[in-house]
Amino acid sequence: MFGRTIRAAALAAAVISLASGGALAQKKYDTGATDTEIKVGNLMPYSGPGSAYGVIGQVEAAYFKMINDKGGINGRKVNFISYDDAYSPPKAVEQTRKLVESDEVLLMFDPLGTANNTAIQKYLTSKKVPQLFVAAGATKFNDPKNFPWTTGWQPSYQSEARAYAKYILKEKPNAKVAVFFQNDDLGKDYLKGLKDKLGARIIAEESYETTEPTIDTHIVKLKASGADTLVNISSPKFAAQAIKKIAEIDWKPLHILSNVSSSIGSVIKPAGFENAQGVVSATYLKDPSDPQWDNDPGMKEFQSFLAKYYPEGNKRDILLITGYALAETLAQTLKQCGDDLTRENVMKQAANLKDWRTEALLPGIYMNTSPTDFAPISQLRLMRLSGEKWELFGDVINGDTDD
Amino acid sequence: MELFTNQVLAGIATGAIYACMALAVVMIYQAIDHLNFAQGEMAMFSTFISWQLMQWGVPYWGAFIITLAFSFVAGIAIERILFKPLAKAPVLTNVAGFIALFAIINSSAGLIWDFTIKQYPTPFGSAPFLGSQLISTHQAGMIGVTVLLLLGLYFFFQYTRIGLAMRAAASVPESARLVGINTSWMIALGWGMATAIGAIAGMLIAPVVFLEPNMMGGVLIYGFAAAVLGGLTSPFGAVVGGFLVGIFENLAGTYIPGVGNELKLPIALALIISVLVVKPAGLFGRHIVKRV
Repeated sequence: MFGRTIRAAALAAAVISLASGGALAQKKYDTGATDTEIKVGNLMPYSGPGSAYGVIGQVEAAYFKMINDKGGINGRKVNFISYDDAYSPPKAVEQTRKLVESDEVLLMFDPLGTANNTAIQKYLTSKKVPQLFVAAGATKFNDPKNFPWTTGWQPSYQSEARAYAKYILKEKPNAKVAVFFQNDDLGKDYLKGLKDKLGARIIAEESYETTEPTIDTHIVKLKASGADTLVNISSPKFAAQAIKKIAEIDWKPLHILSNVSSSIGSVIKPAGFENAQGVVSATYLKDPSDPQWDNDPGMKEFQSFLAKYYPEGNKRDILLITGYALAETLAQTLKQCGDDLTRENVMKQAANLKDWRTEALLPGIYMNTSPTDFAPISQLRLMRLSGEKWELFGDVINGDTDD
Repeated sequence: MELFTNQVLAGIATGAIYACMALAVVMIYQAIDHLNFAQGEMAMFSTFISWQLMQWGVPYWGAFIITLAFSFVAGIAIERILFKPLAKAPVLTNVAGFIALFAIINSSAGLIWDFTIKQYPTPFGSAPFLGSQLISTHQAGMIGVTVLLLLGLYFFFQYTRIGLAMRAAASVPESARLVGINTSWMIALGWGMATAIGAIAGMLIAPVVFLEPNMMGGVLIYGFAAAVLGGLTSPFGAVVGGFLVGIFENLAGTYIPGVGNELKLPIALALIISVLVVKPAGLFGRHIVKRV
């Protein structure tokens, strides 16, 4: 009796080890991956109101061309298929279906925009197709429990907001905080992050609609609230208006500006450098327009990549280094997958980035993911506007921890 | 009390924007009896032209005058090419034409100058006006220009032959034609003037809201509200309406509980509807209609 059990167990063990051993030695593929190729789908607004972001897709394509020239990832060429979604959610759904069902991609990589990613998320989840490293900061893209096929990439709006809150608590423990925010997902996400940490220190909230011609009246109201700290969560045009108006009415709060609107060229310069001195924001990437990185080895590598594979790109544009860093993250994930290119393993590896970094990130910032945390970047560094550029200051702040 | 004063002053400052736009709206309404939905986009495009001229090194006032001339000619050209053939067509056809024009101009501006915001200079400076931190010298200058424009239009329509002819052509085209007025060209002239006034409005608004293809989207709706409130036939009413809408919007947003900031745009729309229901001619419209 006992012997039979042993024999059965041994047999079972042999069968299992044979099966798994076979699997290890054998390459495993899902649709979209073969011995020679990995098909990656992508959506970008190459036309329409978001077309300025289209360069992200172009630089990603250039990056994979470089990877392929160097022999690909674990010997497989990356076939990067990128379609135009015109920044329109219905079009994004249509193009995603085409990528999944007709082009048969292994995964979707870096679709851009909160609305577009929300629109395609349900479909990809039902098809069990990975939606990796979306170019949108909404916190909802880090929700492994309900959406196990979607991961974020950049620090979420809530992480960023909590980083500001930590700074305020440290610098001005008795701050009277006014929050000016856009009345949509973006603004509310930030607001939640701020409220989590600041609570009753927020004495005034003003929201605006994107249809308003000017936001002057809100700024007047916030000044009247007696706040000494302003957290400004607005999109570029309104951020520029706010910076200008605050200077005009001679209000001098500690002004914290969301990363969304921290572009020197499209916000600070139109608003006037003299009006924006001392404004504080946060970032996680090396800005190619900042001369302090000109001799940085990582930046030099990026620039020589641009010169060879994307010479028509504006080498000072931060969107290009964003796309480059995103593509590097995907390359790392696929490298970690080895020969097991199933969609399940892709997700497993995307959730298994451990203290990994690319040289496009600011020094001290690392990517970390786990099966319960799908947000690769949670760390930021603060910066303050001085003269005509941002100056980094302070240590790396983690927006997702409670310290 | 300070908040009240501040909000009224801020309302006057924003109201100046609406007043400028309302003036252009009324001009075109005088000429063709329709609201031109593309008016804001035409103003935006003119403003981009002047910005481009300044980028090429033309000084502010040079660019200002060239832009006015360009806009005047462009307005006439649009009427001749697009809307003269539609003159006898139903209103809806015209509306479709306006919307097409809106989309075409908006996208072309995006294509040529892209969608990022541009800084636009002001000839008045942006220091506080008379010590008030709420109204800058630019906004004061804007109010001044609006008033000057209004006076100019008043004299033009009251005391010049061509102004009188334009009014006649707009209100009683049949009789006007019988007394030898070329009504068709009067309409074209109306388009030209409205476009030029729109250009002035655009160039005054741009330093406040920043120059970009969608800068006029919200402004035009408030401009319509202002024009309807003041009376679509009265330039004076349009300007007063502009200031009233600006102040009303701020005070409602600040003091009426439950209205708040989310409903600022609906306030403008509600205003349009209530005025049309209660007093369709607007505050100052009727008087002018009687004189003609």
